[in-house]
Amino acid sequence: MSQQTPNTGTEWHYVARVIIKAAALFILLNVVYALLDPLPAIGKLSIYNRLVPGRERLPFGETPDQSYNLSLFQLDAMFASHEVNGPKAEDEYRVLLVGDSSVWGILLRPEETLAGQINALGLTTSDGKRVRAYNLGYPTISVAKDLLILARIDDYRPDLVVWLVTLEAMPANKQLSSPIVQHNPDAMRALIASTDLDMDTDDPAFIDAGFLGRTIVGQRRDLADVLRLNLYGVMWAATGIDQIYPEDYTPLQKDYEPDDSFYDLQPPLMHDDLAFDVLAAGFELAGDVPMILVNEPMFISSGQNSDIRYNFYYPQWAYDDYRSLLAAEAEQQGWRYLDLWDAVPPTEYTNSAIHLTPEGEAQLAALIGEAIVEP
Amino acid sequence: MTLTHILIFTIAAPTLSLIFKGRWRGWLLLVVSTVALFWLQPGMPIRQMDFWLPVITLALVVLVWIATRPKQEEPEQRDLRLLLVPLAILISTVLIIGLTRYISPLCCITANRPPDMLLILPVLAAITLLGTGLFFITPKHRWPMVVLIAFLLGLLVIIKTEPLALAASAALRSLMAQSAEQASALDIRWLGISYIAFRLIHVLRDRQIGTLPDLTLDEFACYVLFFPTLTAGPIDRAERFVKDLRAPFSLSAEAAFEGGSRIVTGLFKKFVLADALALFALNGTNATQTTSTGWLWVMLYAYAFRIFFDFAGLSDIAIGLGRLAGFTIPENFDRPYTKPNLTAFWNSWHITLALWFRAYYFNPLSRAMRSKAKALPAWAMIGISQLTTMVLIGLWHGVSWNFAIWGAWHGIGLFIHNRWANFTRAQDKAISARPRLRLAIDIATTLLTFHYVVLGWVWFALPDMGLSWQVLLRLVGIQG
Repeated sequence: MSQQTPNTGTEWHYVARVIIKAAALFILLNVVYALLDPLPAIGKLSIYNRLVPGRERLPFGETPDQSYNLSLFQLDAMFASHEVNGPKAEDEYRVLLVGDSSVWGILLRPEETLAGQINALGLTTSDGKRVRAYNLGYPTISVAKDLLILARIDDYRPDLVVWLVTLEAMPANKQLSSPIVQHNPDAMRALIASTDLDMDTDDPAFIDAGFLGRTIVGQRRDLADVLRLNLYGVMWAATGIDQIYPEDYTPLQKDYEPDDSFYDLQPPLMHDDLAFDVLAAGFELAGDVPMILVNEPMFISSGQNSDIRYNFYYPQWAYDDYRSLLAAEAEQQGWRYLDLWDAVPPTEYTNSAIHLTPEGEAQLAALIGEAIVEP
Repeated sequence: MTLTHILIFTIAAPTLSLIFKGRWRGWLLLVVSTVALFWLQPGMPIRQMDFWLPVITLALVVLVWIATRPKQEEPEQRDLRLLLVPLAILISTVLIIGLTRYISPLCCITANRPPDMLLILPVLAAITLLGTGLFFITPKHRWPMVVLIAFLLGLLVIIKTEPLALAASAALRSLMAQSAEQASALDIRWLGISYIAFRLIHVLRDRQIGTLPDLTLDEFACYVLFFPTLTAGPIDRAERFVKDLRAPFSLSAEAAFEGGSRIVTGLFKKFVLADALALFALNGTNATQTTSTGWLWVMLYAYAFRIFFDFAGLSDIAIGLGRLAGFTIPENFDRPYTKPNLTAFWNSWHITLALWFRAYYFNPLSRAMRSKAKALPAWAMIGISQLTTMVLIGLWHGVSWNFAIWGAWHGIGLFIHNRWANFTRAQDKAISARPRLRLAIDIATTLLTFHYVVLGWVWFALPDMGLSWQVLLRLVGIQG
């Protein structure tokens, strides 16, 4: 090229033109990208369920090089990587499990999670369909986060939704503290508007990307995350590993300080202190799909100050009030409700008051499985 | 090198060369390369080592230059002038970097805070004293060159041999009043020492055999420490480098375009392709986690392309930066995975390293074997030369059985190809007359060569022989 243009001035002119054109193209591409906002569509481009098997739970992980999994905020990419995005068999009775880290299965292999244990039961419904449970839990505790997931379930043709909640997910004033909620402001605002939630759409917790943040440069991290999620699909397919399974872990705390505080709430717990409007919105989103609301099991301590606290999370007064309020709300709303708060013995918890051992999950699966197939 | 380093170098390379001309260009390049030596040096768990290792590198450069410096007709005055100006530049740069300890906003050149000036000054004085002693011994005596070659080889062996590196780390930790119990063989991360040592050995050997051109200290130091090639080569030759350095430089559009294109290409190879492939490339952990032979092959292919794009990308960046600064750094890769035989592969993979070994080991060994009164048969001489050369190339990457086996794998492959090519020379001419058959054979041999190289990477990628052997068996469907 340049060897054929001996005039140095011309050559520099040529280089300058190339640089200017490249810069103009780069700016144009960024502007068009920002205007079109193609990230959701890009997120849906996935090797999962095509070249590699879908993941058995939503992507989550802080040490990707070891767990072949990563945390990202792009819901389309997250769902596209999940096995629920695969085809539904004719004889499948599809059950979606929604909840927090206890549903996702911290420290548990996919087959040891609640979904895995329900599937291992080999349940069939009264009309002969095979019960197939899908793990849509995600490890942050907020029912608003669950709502973001529930808003998408229509795409996956569920026959039943089981929504596991606990008090920690319910305080009204912490609903927007989940990072995945904060990073999906448009989706959450749409839910607030469509289901009339008692939340401020201008809450400063929302992380809004300005125009620059919507460009390719601004979204480079999101784009890289989508790419990495897909590339880790190879390792997921090759190893079946999607989190670190340590030999040892720090067991949950069993003795507590004589502290009966629960956030900034005072006894007695009031209806408005908890996000019942979010639960109602969840049922509204489920529409015709039946849903079971489950108060998930928790560790009940007999250690020091266990007369004040049930566990690390909850003082007794707050949890007892919550159970009463939730039961009353479920009855009033006509929700199908299971209170399994003490269904699993204290020996079956791992590193947290809500994380179960495989055996604990099996026990819980048996109880929920009964409810699933119950006519 | 991070993207920040590359961006700053991309701006600095042409700017500095354009502003400063003649002798000033060399001096400024020396300053920039010295600063880069400290800036690129990774942080280490051993206290202050990210400052001292670059200082030792500089000391080695100065000492080797003194040992190999040109003989002048009026040695005293000329030699001293050649030595003192660049030496002053080097010492001043080190002292200024040391002073950043006291200016916290500037304390970003080294990974950690530099040591106290009261410690730096005596060390520099000791190095100067050593250099002065060497200055008066050389160039009359040649034994210091032998000592320096032995020292450099010893240094490489220590750093690249796990138990020795562990012992060195423990010793350095003790010296720095740290717990030796926490020592690890990975503690000593000495920026570019493999490349720097080989450049130094090259000039020492060339001086010994009388082929080294006369270089001033600043020219010599610029050659050894040229900032684009610090981290991952290529290993240039002094006589070629100095021609570029001495040539008047004006950045042409062609050079700017070529340099820029190479940097962009390199960035894409390194930071997009290689880093993406790294996510599922074969390693010691995932090799044991994978249950299927098919995925194991996918991971091995990913490793093969990852290592190529990573290294070729860094070479592209170095070549591009060099071009912007007015240097034509030699190519290191030439589409190696498309070569129809292993000999062609090694003429196109890490070319400068292969040329180094050819010049300083393979050729001298071959000559020595041929010149013996009772010479071995040709095939035996070829086999010994190729096998030992490749084992040494393997050991250059790290002194371990795995690297040795990787080298031997290639040595045996090269020997087999050499014998096969010799055996089929007559048929080869006949085949060349039939283009379709030629094409079919070329495709088949390219695939065969590629897979031979790919299987060889198993030894390179994995940390121990047992696992490597197990993976190889699984790859071919045994114990899979």
